[in-house]
Amino acid sequence: MYEIDPSRLDLAEEFRRKPYGRHSAELQRILNRMRTEPFDGHYVLLRDGRFGPYRLARLGATPADPITETGQVFQSVREAEWTVFKLRWRKLTGRDLPLE
Amino acid sequence: MLKIVGYADRLSVRPGESLAFKVSCEAGASDYEAEIVRLICGDDSPQGPGFKAEPVAASVNGRYPGRRQRVNAGSFGVIEGGVAMPAGAGFSVAVLLQPTWLAKRAEQAVIACRALTPNRTGWSLVLDAMGRPRFELSNGDEQAAVTIDRAVPERRWSKLLVAVDPVIGKVRLTHCLLDTLPGEGREAAAEVAFSFAPPAFDGVPVTIAAELAETDGARLFTARHFDGKIEAPSIGRLGDKDRGRWDFSVGIDSQKIADVSGNDRHGRLINLPTRAVTGHNWKGETLRWSDRPELYGAVHFHCDDLHDMEWKTDFRWTIPGDLPSGVYAAKLSCAGNGEDFVPFFVLPAKNATKAQVAFLASTFTFLAYANSHHGYEDALSEVCYGALLELGPAEQFLKERRDFGISLYDRHRDGSGGVYSSCHRPILNTRPKRALWNFNADLHVVDWLTANGQKFDVITDDVIHEEGAALLGDYRCIITGSHPEYHSTKMLDAFEAYLGGGGRLMYLGGNGFYWRIATHPDLPGVIEVRRGEAGTRCFELPPGERFHSFTAENGGLWRSQGRAPQALVGVGFVAEGFDENSHFIRTEQSFDPRAAFIFEGVGKDEKIGDFGVLGGAAGYELDAADPDLGTPPHALVLARSVEHSNVYLLTPEELLAGFPGQDAIENPKVRAELVYFETGNDGAVFSTGSITWSASLSHDGYQNNVARITGNVLRRFLDPRPL
Repeated sequence: MYEIDPSRLDLAEEFRRKPYGRHSAELQRILNRMRTEPFDGHYVLLRDGRFGPYRLARLGATPADPITETGQVFQSVREAEWTVFKLRWRKLTGRDLPLE
Repeated sequence: MLKIVGYADRLSVRPGESLAFKVSCEAGASDYEAEIVRLICGDDSPQGPGFKAEPVAASVNGRYPGRRQRVNAGSFGVIEGGVAMPAGAGFSVAVLLQPTWLAKRAEQAVIACRALTPNRTGWSLVLDAMGRPRFELSNGDEQAAVTIDRAVPERRWSKLLVAVDPVIGKVRLTHCLLDTLPGEGREAAAEVAFSFAPPAFDGVPVTIAAELAETDGARLFTARHFDGKIEAPSIGRLGDKDRGRWDFSVGIDSQKIADVSGNDRHGRLINLPTRAVTGHNWKGETLRWSDRPELYGAVHFHCDDLHDMEWKTDFRWTIPGDLPSGVYAAKLSCAGNGEDFVPFFVLPAKNATKAQVAFLASTFTFLAYANSHHGYEDALSEVCYGALLELGPAEQFLKERRDFGISLYDRHRDGSGGVYSSCHRPILNTRPKRALWNFNADLHVVDWLTANGQKFDVITDDVIHEEGAALLGDYRCIITGSHPEYHSTKMLDAFEAYLGGGGRLMYLGGNGFYWRIATHPDLPGVIEVRRGEAGTRCFELPPGERFHSFTAENGGLWRSQGRAPQALVGVGFVAEGFDENSHFIRTEQSFDPRAAFIFEGVGKDEKIGDFGVLGGAAGYELDAADPDLGTPPHALVLARSVEHSNVYLLTPEELLAGFPGQDAIENPKVRAELVYFETGNDGAVFSTGSITWSASLSHDGYQNNVARITGNVLRRFLDPRPL
C-alpha cells in the first residue's frame, strides 16, 4: 500500500493550488489513497442551496445508514476540498499538515 | 427535504393527447400552484446562460388542493382470489427460496395468505429477523407459531415445507438445504401443537415475497418484504392434490404468474421483481433463459423494486392542437419555496407540417439514470469523479426515500443490480435547475437552437422505438443531446435506415449508442437493461442473467452485439473523467475540402472549446473513432481533445488486460474526436464525441467556435444539395 510521505509539503501545496485537473504523478497517488477511503465514514458534502454553502458530512456504515454531519460549513467546494485533504493527511500520516 | 414532487403518466405526448399529472405535497402544504411552461434552458448556474422558461396559457394553470400521496415500494406476487381451502381443512405449503439480504435484520414474508379483517386471519411463512423460518397461523382468536432454530443461509437454495394438520393438532415446519456444506445437516424441523380449526382461504389473497397489509381501492399495500429469489411455491390440501402451484418459468416475459396445478389460480407480479433469473437447478447449461426456461423458475424480489407509484391524478391536460412541439414542464409551487418541474416532451401532430430539424430527447437515458443513488452509495465514486461527492436537496431526499425507486446504476439493498426503470414516479434528476447532466445539460442544445431562431421539433427515444425510421424520416436533420446512451434494437435499426436514406445526424454528445435496452408492450414507460461482462458499469449481473426478460435479447453493450457506435456515428466511448474539462485542437483532416464548410470562420490554430459552462467542450465522457469497430474508412477525424487529467481513464472494454499507464497523461487513446462522414443518398453524420460540447455553445453570447462549428454543420445539413 502506498504510504504518504509527510515531509512532501510541496505535494500538499500543489493540491491547494489546483485541486482539480492534471496533477503530478506523486500527488495523484496521494489523492488515490485519500479518495478511496472506506465507505464507512467517507467524507461527502451536503448542500441545501443550488450553489452552497456546503456542509461536511460522513457516510454511515452502509448505504442504508444515515449520514452524519461534522458541523463544518464551507462557502466553496475548493475550501471543502482543502479541509478534507488536511483531515485525511492527518489520518493517513499521523501528523497535522503544517499548512493553512 | 423537497416540499413538492410530481410526475406525469408518460414522457412523450402529441397534440390532442392527454397527460395526467400526479402531485404530492411532501411537507404537508394544503395547496399548490400549477403552471405549464415551455423549457428553454435549465442551467441556472452563475456561469451559464440562465434559467429560461416561457409561460403557457394552459387551461390547467391554477391552484390545487395539496395532499401527500402514498407509495408502496417493494415487489411481490399476488393471487388475488387465493386458493380453494375450506375452513378446518389441513393444508401444506412448499417453496424454494434463496434469501439475499438477511443483514437487514427484519422479518420477511416468503408466502402468506392473510385476510384484511381486523383480526388478520390466515397464515404466513416468514423468515424472522435472525433469518430463521417461522410459520404463523391464526383463526382470528387464536394463534400458533413455530420457528426452526436454524437460519436459512443467504445466497444458497433451501426448501421450506409446512404441514398444518388439524386432525393431530400439529403444525410441522421443515427446512431442507438443497446443497450442504461439511458438517451441515440437510434437514431441520420443528413442530407446534394447536387446537383450533384453520380458517377458510378461498377468496383470501395469497401473496409471495410480502404480506398484504392494506388496500385502497385497487391499490395494494404490503409489509414484511422478502429480498431474494423464490421458486415453485405451492399450496395443497393435506392428502390431496395441490390447490395452487405456481411455475415462474412460465411467462417469463410477462408480469403474470401461472398456476400449473389445474385450478387456474393465476396471479400477477407487482413492482417489477426481476424475472429471467437462474433457478435452483441452473448449472450453466445455457446463458439465455428462453433456451431452457425450466432452469429459470425463480423470481428475484427486492424491497426497493418499484414500477408505478399509482398516485391519484391531480389534473389532466389535453395538449392543444396549436401547441408548438417542444420541451415542457408543469411547474409546481407550494408554500415554503417548494418547487418542482415535471417535464414532458410534446411532439408535433403526425399530420402536422414538420420543422426541418428535430431535437432528440434521450428519454431512455433519462429513465436509465432515474433517481440514481450510485454517486453516494459507491465508495469509489469520489476517486472516479476526482472531487468530493455532493448531495444536493434532491439527493438528500432520495437517500431518505428509497421508495422513490432506484436507477439502472444502483444496486438494490441486497446488492443485486437494478434492471428495470419506470417513468411512473417523480424522476428527480430529470429536472431543470439540477446538475448539468442528461436532461438539464441537453437543454443547452434547446437553448442554442432557440437563441439562433432555429425552428425545431422535439422527438423522443420512446417514440422512435415505436415508430422507427418513419418518424426520423420527417426531418432533414436530427440533433441529439449530450448523452444519448441507451437505445433499443428498433432504434438502431431506425437510425441506420435514416442515415442510409439520406438523413443527417448531429450527435452532440459522448458515450452515445452504448447500451442496449428492451421494452415491453404491456409496460409502457418501463425499460430493461441487462449489464454484462463489458462496459463502464456499476455492477455486473450474474452469469445466466444477462438476457433481457422482456425480449430474450442479449443485454449489454451494443459493441458486444456487433453493432458498435463507431459503425453508426463514427465514434464510440473510450474514456471518462469528471474533474476538469478540456478542449480540442484541429487535425490535418480538418483541412480536407470535404470539411471546409465545418470550419468556416474558425482559425487554423484555434483551440476549440477551451471555455464553457463546464470549463471545456471536451469532457466527462469521451468518444473516439476506431476503424476496427466500424468507423467508416472515409470518415474524417477533424479534431482531437488534449490535456485531460489523471482522472480520465480508458474504459474497461478497451483493455484486454490491466497494465499501467491508462490515464490521459500516459495513454494517447484517452481523447475525444470530432468526426464527420457522408452516408448513403447524401446523408451525413457529425459527431462531437464529448458530453460537455453542448455546455460550451452559449459562451460569450453564443459567439464562439463551438457554436460556430455546430452552426456551420447545421446550416449545411439543412441545405438539400449533395454533400
